[in-house]
Amino acid sequence: MSKTIEGLYYSQSHEWVKAEGNIALIGITDYAQEALGSIVYVDMPQEDDTVDVEQDFGAVESVKAASDLISPVSGTVREVNTALEDSPALLNTAPYENWIIKVEMSDPSQLDNLMSAADYAAYCETL
Amino acid sequence: MQCPYFPHTQEDLKQMLDKAGAVSLRDLFADVPEEFIYKGEFNLPDAMSEMEVLETFRRMESLDKPLTVFCGAGAYDHYAPAVIRYILSRSEFQTAYTPYQAEISQGTLRYIFEFQSMICSLTGMDCANASMYDGPTSAAEAMMMCVAASRRRRRILVSAALLPQVLDVVRTYADYHGMDVGTVAQADGVTSSDSLRELLSAGDVAGVLVPGINRYGIIEDLTGFADAVHGAGAILAVYSDPSSLAVIRTPGEWGADIACGDAQSLGMPLSFGGPYAGFLACRKEYMRKLPGRIVGATSDAQGRRAFVLTLQAREQHIRREKATSNICSNQSLMALYATVYLSLMGHEGLKRANDLSYAGAHYLHDRLIATGCFEDVFDKPFLKEFVLRSSVPADQLQRSLAEEGFFAALQTEEGYVSFCVTEKRSREEIDRLLAVIRTVI
Amino acid sequence: MKYYDKLIFELSSPGRCGYSLPENRWGTSTDGLPDRLRRKDAPVLPQVSEPDVVRHYTNLSQMNFGVDSGFYPLGSCTMKYNPKVNEEVASLPGFASLHPLQPEWTAQGALKLYYDLSRALSTLTGMAEFSLNQFAGAHGELTGLMIMRQYHRLRGDDRRTRVIVPDSAHGTNPASAAVCGLSVVQVRSLEDGTIDVEALKGLLDDTVAGIMMTNPNTLGLFETHVKEIAELVHGCGGLLYYDGANMNALLGQVRPGDMGFDIMHLNLHKTFSTPHGGGGPGAGPVGVVPALAHCLPYPRVIRRPDGRYALMTDKDSCGRISGFMGNFGVLLKAYAYILMLGKQNVRNVGPYAVLAANYIKESLKDCYKLPVKGLCKHEFVFDGLADTSSGVTTLDVAKRLLDYGFHAPTIYFPLLFHQSMMIEPTETESKETLDAFIGVMRKIVEEAKSDPELLRSAPHNTPVGRPDETAAATHPVLKYEDM
Repeated sequence: MSKTIEGLYYSQSHEWVKAEGNIALIGITDYAQEALGSIVYVDMPQEDDTVDVEQDFGAVESVKAASDLISPVSGTVREVNTALEDSPALLNTAPYENWIIKVEMSDPSQLDNLMSAADYAAYCETL
Repeated sequence: MQCPYFPHTQEDLKQMLDKAGAVSLRDLFADVPEEFIYKGEFNLPDAMSEMEVLETFRRMESLDKPLTVFCGAGAYDHYAPAVIRYILSRSEFQTAYTPYQAEISQGTLRYIFEFQSMICSLTGMDCANASMYDGPTSAAEAMMMCVAASRRRRRILVSAALLPQVLDVVRTYADYHGMDVGTVAQADGVTSSDSLRELLSAGDVAGVLVPGINRYGIIEDLTGFADAVHGAGAILAVYSDPSSLAVIRTPGEWGADIACGDAQSLGMPLSFGGPYAGFLACRKEYMRKLPGRIVGATSDAQGRRAFVLTLQAREQHIRREKATSNICSNQSLMALYATVYLSLMGHEGLKRANDLSYAGAHYLHDRLIATGCFEDVFDKPFLKEFVLRSSVPADQLQRSLAEEGFFAALQTEEGYVSFCVTEKRSREEIDRLLAVIRTVI
Repeated sequence: MKYYDKLIFELSSPGRCGYSLPENRWGTSTDGLPDRLRRKDAPVLPQVSEPDVVRHYTNLSQMNFGVDSGFYPLGSCTMKYNPKVNEEVASLPGFASLHPLQPEWTAQGALKLYYDLSRALSTLTGMAEFSLNQFAGAHGELTGLMIMRQYHRLRGDDRRTRVIVPDSAHGTNPASAAVCGLSVVQVRSLEDGTIDVEALKGLLDDTVAGIMMTNPNTLGLFETHVKEIAELVHGCGGLLYYDGANMNALLGQVRPGDMGFDIMHLNLHKTFSTPHGGGGPGAGPVGVVPALAHCLPYPRVIRRPDGRYALMTDKDSCGRISGFMGNFGVLLKAYAYILMLGKQNVRNVGPYAVLAANYIKESLKDCYKLPVKGLCKHEFVFDGLADTSSGVTTLDVAKRLLDYGFHAPTIYFPLLFHQSMMIEPTETESKETLDAFIGVMRKIVEEAKSDPELLRSAPHNTPVGRPDETAAATHPVLKYEDM
């Protein structure tokens, strides 16, 4: 069974969000990295790009699969995790310690539409 | 007549039908509604023996008139060393599929890696794919790459000085793909940099396609193009003749981001238009937008060097409707053709082929001007191909030359005729062409 | 196969020469071009002798497996025998030296061949007209969809921008649709792998440009409801596209034109025996019903009333999609194949291909999981081993087959099953070959029980073992200079 972390928000498309005030750190869940296998590339947006809720902002690629990254919130990209450019496998080894982008949220209430750790774990069980 | 490609004896068929739980071959189509089983007669000849097939093709062949080629316009009659045909006929290369099973496809994978390396070296780019269908489609793919890379912009610019078939194919793809096409005007036989700057100023352009050598055979001076294009936030692609890149300034040296074109000029037979191979190469930052197959080096568990298809997450079998392109094959065997050609020629052989073509073309050019019936349209440097204004109607001139066994004086635009000379044309042949022209004019 | 580790660049030595061209006695050269137009440094190409080149590529070829090397049951790829007379006709000098732009009256033989092949494909498929300008199957699909869009546009029906694609379709279908500017709507399959007609009904409206179908589908099953589907799609004003990837199942027995399809492509490198060449060059001719003929790409080859052949551009054409007239050399090979078969033997292609597939399926279904039972067409899909307790995967089986001198089936496609193994034997394999394959597949089942590790680490007898694909994709090395 895949890991979840208390206190994070989760989306059905397997992204997690950690809210730090107005800033949302977005990454992919343990379930997602396990399903993809060895991750070889992370396609990320650039700083100052805008992201829209439920729209894709990039993609994660493994050898034989690719998955779009769907933004759980709307806002402006403030930082991208450049460490993933050289070491995309960090998303496999420590999915919750490696965020992909930091977004300044335009509507933090969107977090309310996301799942808690317990709800997400239950959701994964149904897949 | 029994068919030599079907191995089954009557006994084999019986045993196989038994196992399949069928009495007759018809039973195997029990799931097909009866109305769809074709009961008519096919409008085809009876089966032929191999001798009859060869005879049929030879008869058709004899309906074509053999011509000595003095035209290019996107298909060039360069010399092909004898080795190439022998290598290509090796059935391990010829009858293999796309190298999915790397462990038994190291031959294909290695020559594709060599092909990518050679294309990069010729064009001055960082990475190349394992070939495209032909030059014009490689140009269309290059433009789709620009649009994909820019994410938001859908407008591309193409130079009016590109070969007409390249413009046509790019426009067709653009029409359906939802790319808006602007045309950079030509001035005095070359791509106008003023026109380019003006079109770029709107700030909505994703990519620009210009020729290295253009439809008039003129070598374009692309000084300042890359700065202008990059300054407007767009990508520059240069459509090149790879044979010429042994001597003329490369897309990389001009500051381009993408190089594309037709590898036909690397000694491939004219073959009435195909098979040829396109090529597509780019700078590293666009690597993941490059369509088609790409081969990379790696190793196996024992540390032996091995080659594999890589960066597959770009491709249609994984991305489906989100793929950067629908390309799934390549022109692999023609990529092998180019690779063997370039291996044999080396940089010196390729330079020699260019020198001989250049010298022969300039000799013909000067003698044609001397007849008094032709004049230069543009006074610009050319390599092996040039256009002249003819005082004799082009179609009449071309027909008379064809009757004498020459394909020359191709009408490219009203009043312009085009000539091309490669290293295959001897001085004797050129003089003979000139002699015929003098009797016609 | 023996391991040979050189790249041509590694045989290079300055001053060695593999070319033979006349000396330049003209007295002029490209050195006369202005400096700003000339490249600075010579390109890095190998400097090798002719024998070096011949031996190098011969050695490379010996690390390759082709249809001539052995059985190649790669599903959906139709790896049938490639007749050698095909190669003979394609290399006739009179065709090889023809320039694509030379005057029509000097190329009547070539144009006649192009035309005759298009007529032959018409009679075999029931389509009215063919264009042979497409370079590959995917190129044919894209052209076919352009024709579809152009047809609707010409009628002022601009709203039709959605195309329906079954979830079992080859990935190329949705990719081609996207390149063509159409949005893809997926229709689901029933458990037996055929299209869910009820679900389809819910998708049909006046925004549908058409549907793309592969019949038999990627599970090797005939879409028995094709007639109903055709009526439904036509009823809402859409067109039916036939993906010819699996045409070998039907060749000589069933014609797409008779089933209600409006547009189709053929893969000459599959159904019509031209070699795959390690991925190309192929050819993907596109055929259409009479109402769409004016939308075919240009140039088209026509036969004039006086019996002469000419090129033609229709004002309603969907556009130019190739530099010239396609892979002419490949077209010659396909036509030679059709002439060799003739109107009688061509009838047996489909039935023999279907017989071979059913024979293998019935011979192995006790030890491999067969998710869809019953009659298949030219191919079928196993979903891994019947006994999964060993943990041996489809990938392991595929790799072990290489040790036994067989190519692997298509694996992990279709996506409907987790351990898909798609097997297509074609009509040109003898019963002895099929029996040998069946024997090895059974032996692998035994090995999975007795020594699963042997399978997990397979292949053992190939020039290299499983390459590290993750390393290749994480830090791409794509050219010699980067090694």
